[in-house]
Amino acid sequence: MPESKQAYLHIENLTKHFGGFVAVRQLSLEIFSGEFICFLGPSGCGKTTLLRAIAGLDPQSSGSITQGEKDISNLPPSERDFGIVFQSYALFPNLTVFQNVAYGLENQRLPKAEIRKRVTELLQLVGLPEQTEKYPAQLSGGEQQRVALSRALATSPGLLLLDEPLSALDARVRAALRQEIRALHERLGVTTILVTHDQEEALSMADRIVVMNHGRIEQVGTPEEIYGTPASPFVADFIGVMNFMQGEITSSGTVRIGENSINCETTNIQVGRKVRLTVRPEDILCSADSASDQALRENSFLLQVESVEFLGSFCRLILSGPEGFGKLKADLSTQQVHELKVTQNSRLTAEFPSRNLRIFPESS
Amino acid sequence: MKKLINNIRQLSRGVLGMAIGLLFAIPAGAETLTVYTAVEAEDLKRYASAFNEDHPDIKIRWVRDSTGIVTAKLLAEKNNPRADVIWGLAATSLMLLQSEGMLQAYAPKGLGKLDTKFRDSANPPSWTGMDAWIAAVCVNTVEAERYNLPIPTSWMDLTDPVYKGHLVMPNPNSSGTGFLDVSSWLQIYGKHGGWQFMDNLHKNIAWYTHSGSKPCKQAARGETPIGISFAFRGAKSKAAGAPLEIVLPKEGVGWDMEATAIVNGTKKLAAAQKLVDWSITKKANKLYNQGYAVVAYPGIAKPVKHFPTGILEAMINNDFEFAAVNRKSILSEWQKRYDAKSEAK
Amino acid sequence: MSSAAAFPVSTTSVSGASAVRIRVSRDDIVLRSGLVLLITLLVVAVVFPLYTLLSKSFEDNDGEFVGLQNFREYFETPALFTSITNSIGVAISVAFIVLVLAFVYAYALTRTKMPLRGLFRGIALIPILAPSLLAAISLIYWFGNQGVLKSWLFGASIYGPIGVIMASCFWVFPHALMILVTALSTADARLYEAAEALRTPKWRVFWTVTLPGAKYGILSTGFIVFTLVITDFGVPKVIGGRFNVLATDVYKQVVGQQNFEMGAVVSLVLLLPAVVAFIADRWVQRKQVALLSARAVPFQPKADPLRDWLLFVFCAIIAFIFIAMLAMAAYASFVTFWPYNLSLTLKNYDFDLMDGGGWEAYYNSIRLAIYCAVFGSGLIFLGSYLVEKARGIIWLRTILHLGAMLPLAVPGLVLGIAYIFFFNHPDNPLGFLYGTMGILVICTIVHFYTVSHLTCLTALKQLDPEFEAVALSLKTPVWRTFRKVTLPVCLPTLLDVASYLFLNAMTTVSAVVFLYSPETMLASVAVLNMDDAGDIAPAAAMALMIVYTSACFRIMHGLLSRYLKRRTQVWRNQ
Repeated sequence: MPESKQAYLHIENLTKHFGGFVAVRQLSLEIFSGEFICFLGPSGCGKTTLLRAIAGLDPQSSGSITQGEKDISNLPPSERDFGIVFQSYALFPNLTVFQNVAYGLENQRLPKAEIRKRVTELLQLVGLPEQTEKYPAQLSGGEQQRVALSRALATSPGLLLLDEPLSALDARVRAALRQEIRALHERLGVTTILVTHDQEEALSMADRIVVMNHGRIEQVGTPEEIYGTPASPFVADFIGVMNFMQGEITSSGTVRIGENSINCETTNIQVGRKVRLTVRPEDILCSADSASDQALRENSFLLQVESVEFLGSFCRLILSGPEGFGKLKADLSTQQVHELKVTQNSRLTAEFPSRNLRIFPESS
Repeated sequence: MKKLINNIRQLSRGVLGMAIGLLFAIPAGAETLTVYTAVEAEDLKRYASAFNEDHPDIKIRWVRDSTGIVTAKLLAEKNNPRADVIWGLAATSLMLLQSEGMLQAYAPKGLGKLDTKFRDSANPPSWTGMDAWIAAVCVNTVEAERYNLPIPTSWMDLTDPVYKGHLVMPNPNSSGTGFLDVSSWLQIYGKHGGWQFMDNLHKNIAWYTHSGSKPCKQAARGETPIGISFAFRGAKSKAAGAPLEIVLPKEGVGWDMEATAIVNGTKKLAAAQKLVDWSITKKANKLYNQGYAVVAYPGIAKPVKHFPTGILEAMINNDFEFAAVNRKSILSEWQKRYDAKSEAK
Repeated sequence: MSSAAAFPVSTTSVSGASAVRIRVSRDDIVLRSGLVLLITLLVVAVVFPLYTLLSKSFEDNDGEFVGLQNFREYFETPALFTSITNSIGVAISVAFIVLVLAFVYAYALTRTKMPLRGLFRGIALIPILAPSLLAAISLIYWFGNQGVLKSWLFGASIYGPIGVIMASCFWVFPHALMILVTALSTADARLYEAAEALRTPKWRVFWTVTLPGAKYGILSTGFIVFTLVITDFGVPKVIGGRFNVLATDVYKQVVGQQNFEMGAVVSLVLLLPAVVAFIADRWVQRKQVALLSARAVPFQPKADPLRDWLLFVFCAIIAFIFIAMLAMAAYASFVTFWPYNLSLTLKNYDFDLMDGGGWEAYYNSIRLAIYCAVFGSGLIFLGSYLVEKARGIIWLRTILHLGAMLPLAVPGLVLGIAYIFFFNHPDNPLGFLYGTMGILVICTIVHFYTVSHLTCLTALKQLDPEFEAVALSLKTPVWRTFRKVTLPVCLPTLLDVASYLFLNAMTTVSAVVFLYSPETMLASVAVLNMDDAGDIAPAAAMALMIVYTSACFRIMHGLLSRYLKRRTQVWRNQ
């Protein structure tokens, strides 16, 4: 997919430091025209810093940014082409919804009628056509964020920057607005960068996700790539829930964990290397305890149930196994739990399908 | 809201206009004379309006303060003088300024008519006198009775311990009255005797005031039974209904002249000369006589109501030369001895 | 923290990449020129005068450098040296007395269900409307030698430390009360609930929860009261009698003897405790911020009849004293000739016949107050806006902020003298300001700059910091956002600052007493001068005119704020 599109935003060797602290380090990235991209990472990873550098609000210490064909590295924010939405909405409290949305348009010296038409159109687009004369304080959080969104879009910017726009909202509104923003993007096709620390948000909205940590990019990829084939233990741990086991490669295709061996892909990692073996809780296949079957199937082990946590649509089991396995999390549907009669201290056979296992060499 | 902002905008425009006007209005009017004076505030209006009857084209801008302060101010501004004329300052102060070369000698029209005591002996004179201003002791009879205080008749009486805490006198550093008292005591009792007298007097003094009229006003209000002040002030307070007796101590009382002079370097010399000419006219002297029993123009003085009798006899033979020459050393000696007022001796 | 993040940056570590320099936009030019302009103003109006003052203290009468000779002379003059101990003694006594009284009063206002709390609060704030001299004048009528209650002093004289301490307590009380009320209002109810759940006795709750919670407020109050008292000279001037303090020494040296060099020395001596108190207070304030950052549940006092009525009696006594102070001055101002003719008259209000500038002085004061309110609030708000909102160029903003903080450490008296030295210097091109209303306005604004600056800063910090970023993204010039958003949202604060400046300009004496000229005589200075000339009744009358005017203005400000609040309620947190 990326190859067919042209790069709209080009970041090269970007570094930003605050005093002695490096917030973004030698970062390069291409963002394609019309793409919806998410900067995802824990707080302090540099994602907001990167966004603000793109906007010119906190200019980078070194490196360059090109937008379209234009080098914008040295431009002040007022000469760059972007719209921005913040977590705090940043709506002008003393202006009505209409005045807020019209704020940027008025500056372009457009005729009044045209401004009115454009504002009405935008508010229609975000589903708030009736609220023009209200003040921000009279609106709910979700409504305020929609106004902020239409204000950012009013001047038809080439780039839309969303800085944790949904973080201040409660879960239900957040979910609804996710869909709406996504839909809006489909309609308008404006290149959009969303900064978030919420992986669900990133996974559900983004075309591509940029996972960041300590001012560096850990991985860039589609949500499926990021989740399915994390490029680093950090990504594996940060996205979704992951089990880690300490082991050592004994031969090509085999990792020994404690007394047991597990078969999995070991490409490019030399024999004898200490590794971390990862598996997602939903990828652990559980079946009833049958000592006879156990030996037959590959990568199957007898594990004991330490506790069962009911989480609505599914249950999370904490399993303890042979030495080296530590405590493992496994997700089972509620129905399955009933079928297998899982209770505390019951025993299960757990299979680790090799296609779902990934190993990362232990950093020396 | 919009209306409010509009109003504020209008107001601020007005204020801005006013401010700019004010800032630049100062140099306006070439015929405004800056006149430094120690004359009582309530008299200044009369003096100015009488002068303006004859010279409507010259406006007077008064700078008034106690004698000591006006003197110190003039000395401080020596290199950058702001005054054009001095009208109504102690002659001793003017002599001091003269020795600093700060006065412009000028013989006003009609100089010959003045009593020769009331002018600088040099020719042309650096200053010309207006009236004599005479020390006196204001005694509040009601309070004196209450505290069983005898009415003093001499300066020496005031050193009697019976008056302890009941006396107030002006600080000679700031007050001309205070200075003429001190200089008269030094003349009456001699240098040694004078300071000894003041040492004793100091034990009785409740506090020293900044201005020369305050002791008498405080005595008039009964805030203190006895105030060492000047006769003119006492007469005025008595006229206002205060139960005062104005005492002229029998050793004699100090006095000073109020006098007029032109400040060296004034840019408005012609107007300044007109003012000085006027200040020695008969008309002006009649004005002075409303408060002062003794004026420079001979033969016109009428008795002043409530003024103590025998004032001419009581006035000591004041040695202005001595007072002016020693002013600085007397004041610093005084300060060294008595200004530590918190240490009750 | 990983090694990557903590990796120290030096210019060489970013190899090959040239440093990025953002092109200066039109907005930046505007903001930066604003910053430079305001810094220049503050340097000219604060730093230069203070520098001149400093250098003057090392010079003799003729401007020759004499090193420390003036200081040596100062410390060798026993009269002047005694003033230091007097000043410190009085300031500490007042700080202690006021702290105790104001704390109990504030406690009653904030932590009890005592009746008439609003009224008590209002009465306690009265002294803010009056020059400090009023209390001293009133005390003379109450306890002076002809005072109504003279016998209550058992033969002691009101002229001296007793009078100075009493009058100072009166006028600094509201300043202390306001800080303590704030400190006590920010209590966390959860702490009290926890204490109650543990069955803690009330006195123990007070010692372990209430007092520690208000600790910084109490310290801060102590410092502020100390500074206010040690730098005030109106009170000791009027009622000090033979009791000399530093502040009156400065006045005597400069105004009385025109001994400017010695005046400079004494002002520097006076500057020292003020600066120490300032630094200590800043330190305390910083601590306090950390204390309040946690989210607290507001405390709702419960009724406790015994405690509430005891405190009611206490507050009633204090309030009664306050009213008595004001009432006595008001009554005395109408008396024909105290104490011999008590018939009532208006002649004491005929200021034109008095030494002190007449009614013109009163109008001048109002003029000064309006100029200060209008220009001062505008300028100070602009300054705090630039400090808070200008992007980048942190060093310029820091300089401006430091410049804005400086005046708090400089007592008015010292500022006034510094202004004489600076503006009356023959070579100063700004010399034309000397003796004009202009210099009074500048001096008064500078004198009260810091508190106003901090007030504006607090208001601006409450605005979303992203307003400016949004405006930039919408290609709106900063001044448009300033005018359309920042200013309207901060209007109530701006009014508060204007009101603060107005009231202080009406009542201040300390700085302006050195700077007025015959044309620009002020009401508060007239009070001082009339008292100086022995005209105490007219002095009381003029002081009351100031009180009435300030009160009217306060009421107008209150009404305007209410109106604004109602008009803007729709968008102000609903």
